[in-house]
Amino acid sequence: MRDVIIIGAGVIGCATARELSRRKLDILVVDQASDVADGGCSKANTAIVHGGYDAKSGTLKAKYNVAGNAMFDAISQELEVPFERNGSLVVAFEGDDLSGLEELKARGETNGVPGLEILNQAALQAKEPNIGPTAVAALWVPTGGIVCPYELTVAYAENAAANGVQFQFDTAVDRLEAIPGGWRITTTSGETLEAKAIVNAAGCGSGRLNNMVSAHKLDILPRRGEYYMVDKTYSGTFHSAMFQLPSDKGKGILVARTVDGTLLLGPTAEDVDDPTDTRTTAEGLAKVLQFASRTWPNIPGRSFITTFAGIRPRPSDGDFRLGEAPDAPGFFNAAGIESPGLTAAPAIGVDLAGWVADYLKAEDNPSFQPKRTAIPKFRELSNEERAVLIAQDPAFGRIVCRCETVTEGEIREAIRRTPGARTLDGVKRRTRAGMGRCQAGFCSPRVVDILCEELGLQPTEITKFGGNSVLLTGPIGGEEAAQ
Amino acid sequence: MRQVDVLIIGGGPAGLAAAIAAREAGVENLLILEREESLGGILKQCIHNGFGLQRFGEELTGPEYAQRYIDKAMELALPYQCDTMVLDVTPDRVVTAISPTEGLQQFQAKAIVLAMGCRERPRGALGIPGWRCSGIYSAGTAQRFVNLEGFLPGKEVVILGSGDIGLIMARRMTFEGCKVKACVELMPYSSGLKRNIVQCLDDYGIPLMLNHTVVDVAGRERLEGVTIAQVGENLKPIPGTEQYIPCDTLLLSVGLIPENELSTAAGVELSPATSGPVVDETLATNVPGIFAAGNVLHVHDLVDFVSEESARAGEQAARYALGQTADNGPAIPVENGFGVNGVVPQRVHAGKVDAPIRFMFRPRNVYKAVRICVDFDGQEVLRGKPHMIMAPGEMATLEVEPQLFADHPDVSKITVRLEVRQ
Amino acid sequence: METRIMTCIGCPMGCQLTVEVENNQMVSVTGNTCKKGVEYARDEVASPTRMVTSVVRVPGRKAPLCVKTAQAIPKDQIFACLQAVRKAHVNLPVSIGDVVVPNVCNTGIDVIATRNLD
Repeated sequence: MRDVIIIGAGVIGCATARELSRRKLDILVVDQASDVADGGCSKANTAIVHGGYDAKSGTLKAKYNVAGNAMFDAISQELEVPFERNGSLVVAFEGDDLSGLEELKARGETNGVPGLEILNQAALQAKEPNIGPTAVAALWVPTGGIVCPYELTVAYAENAAANGVQFQFDTAVDRLEAIPGGWRITTTSGETLEAKAIVNAAGCGSGRLNNMVSAHKLDILPRRGEYYMVDKTYSGTFHSAMFQLPSDKGKGILVARTVDGTLLLGPTAEDVDDPTDTRTTAEGLAKVLQFASRTWPNIPGRSFITTFAGIRPRPSDGDFRLGEAPDAPGFFNAAGIESPGLTAAPAIGVDLAGWVADYLKAEDNPSFQPKRTAIPKFRELSNEERAVLIAQDPAFGRIVCRCETVTEGEIREAIRRTPGARTLDGVKRRTRAGMGRCQAGFCSPRVVDILCEELGLQPTEITKFGGNSVLLTGPIGGEEAAQ
Repeated sequence: MRQVDVLIIGGGPAGLAAAIAAREAGVENLLILEREESLGGILKQCIHNGFGLQRFGEELTGPEYAQRYIDKAMELALPYQCDTMVLDVTPDRVVTAISPTEGLQQFQAKAIVLAMGCRERPRGALGIPGWRCSGIYSAGTAQRFVNLEGFLPGKEVVILGSGDIGLIMARRMTFEGCKVKACVELMPYSSGLKRNIVQCLDDYGIPLMLNHTVVDVAGRERLEGVTIAQVGENLKPIPGTEQYIPCDTLLLSVGLIPENELSTAAGVELSPATSGPVVDETLATNVPGIFAAGNVLHVHDLVDFVSEESARAGEQAARYALGQTADNGPAIPVENGFGVNGVVPQRVHAGKVDAPIRFMFRPRNVYKAVRICVDFDGQEVLRGKPHMIMAPGEMATLEVEPQLFADHPDVSKITVRLEVRQ
Repeated sequence: METRIMTCIGCPMGCQLTVEVENNQMVSVTGNTCKKGVEYARDEVASPTRMVTSVVRVPGRKAPLCVKTAQAIPKDQIFACLQAVRKAHVNLPVSIGDVVVPNVCNTGIDVIATRNLD
């Protein structure tokens, strides 16, 4: 029997795994998807490190938002994840009730958010010269930031793996039951996995898991958010992440630069029945543009490189559910982690790991190595650094993804790491190959080749994201011609 | 830093023609940089025939057309470097490139020809709703998988957009035993050549559905089908006209975009109409010594015109590098008049025109009984010959003789427009 | 007498031609704008032909060899021709113009290579 099984390889599961690997424990992370950050949540969200003014005071959301935010400078350095504290603005427009900004400021101060300030139109325009003319005031949140959510998840997972944590993908939980001294998972393929403690970090599946073992029921109401992504040519249009002041017209749409220089517009917030329903809709996308154009008038229509949707696990009682279930000893929830879950992840990971370790009376892991080294980002290196890298490994001298300047060397390393990329999307999230303006049109044949070489697979076995998402259905000329 | 007289970025049809012309104009020290493993560019995967009718008077396949130019380049012993990606071009023409064998290289060029070609517009640019499953490809990516990698992207196909690559792939997939169920076109006309519609769709009973678009994509993992709908005059889907077509592959042939990220880095001004550089009658950009030709300048319909245009750019780059060009002084603007989109060149040195200028553009719509006219400062100075039809799918061209400029020394604005017979 | 509808490919006009046919010969054509339409209809009725281009897998090579019919072949032979191409064996090296399938489907026309492959 293992010590801990963490169900869910999103940012919460991976952060918890990494923090738990500070102890001498036998840890396994399982996920139904084929990769880390491949559910509907950690790979497709707003990529914002929130200040903490939004959550109701006294909630776990408020507590972990502010605590998590404060950890980002250190954790992003330790794990070499791009993070920028570029500040957030909550923008009010003509006709909005400006007292809403004061309310947010007061709430933020109660929650312990430092440096909040209300800006008038002149101050706002001085900060963001390209903002729409109907923007009249804003709440300035200097501690707000941006981070790459899937790179953070991958980094946590890699560091966890380097410290002994194991990962098992394509593994969906069918049953979870108490056994003497621990818990038994039966997977949908009939495999059984046992551990003394379980961490439920299953995102939209976290309610179902909790309800298998606890009478303290939890309803998760999947909520979908749709986004547009704008080409990095427009990177310089805005500096900070710009929210809109919630009003009777809606919660507003964000316009935010990402750490990779693209701009995100979104999200919508639509309740859906199916927690895996990451479809985009014509209505949702239209709404994004309609609202975003208040912040950014005349959004260039040619600038869109993709659209996507993420799913948030919205808890029915409105707050995160964290910690051991009162009637299920050794079963620990990190359930209902919707926004600001990404911001809260570092703090949740530390606390959850602490509770699990205490439960197991775990000793410290003396060989724990906190540092994770990122895959070299060729596009960000100086010419001198590039020359050195190519001299060490010629694969860094061949560009595979021309839109994002990603080299073959980076792609090979992404596949060779643990847990490594096994799919086109896995390579994309780790290296940005295929993430740019041509959306993998040029690089996908080459990435398929490299995946085949590294993993010993045939092109017809390569998928976009596991399961039946195959890219190629067979050789030309039929099977006989292939012989 | 290595000194090069004429550096050509791109070894496809544009780059090859430019390099050959530059050598023939007397430049010894030139270099072609090509990002792929071999020369030829996109023609390598265009295995169908129909290339070269204008240039060679015979119908060649893409690889054959490319080989004519590669053979010529080899005969002239033109220096080239494959597997080499240009990362940066500065306004003073320092070019930074990398390759696995040569490492990081820098070149100081006297003149540069931009010949990077174009890329396909992806699904994301269209905002097609639905799942993000596998099985959705731009037509050119599918063409590469089939013709160069030897693998099929799927078996039951719907094609969105009736550009020529999409039409060609409809036939190609049919030849490989796939069922192509429909070619769906948003506009009331196809942007592809009539011959391709007949020989790639009609011959195989593939319906061309004009005024239709894809409004939903079904399939969680692999594509399972698409919903198409008719569109109204505003190009928006008409509710109630939806129909579902089961398929495992959606190919997109919805437009090509010149690849000008390097041009922008070099300070080259781009035209919103063509997405390519703004050039004068010598194909010179606003940055001295940087020229552009082929699909990086504007998306062509025929490679023959790419070769012709690029040869002119190569020759002009050579003249610049050899110090044979004088400062041309200020240029006057060329404007798009009625029915004209993306005219090239966008500027003319009206006082220095010593060779015919070929104006090229895309008609904005389908026009019948139409001719191209040129106005100088609002006064008509030239009426082209009448055409029965012009369509956005085919480049329209008109040559203007130097004499016309000599006759009008004070011209300050040129307008190219269409005149439709009422 | 049989009536066929076809689209002329002589120019972008794409005239819709209505062609009266008897004994595989054109009797009359309407809908054309110019004489190109008459010629196109006559040829399409009497002996429609098409160039065929495809690829052949080469053992031990990732990239297939691209090929074409040296001239247009009868339209009704296209799929038989493709079948023959699929079964062809290629001996390397190959140069542009080398015969890959001689006299394909007894049309008297060869299928030839359209690229060089060492």
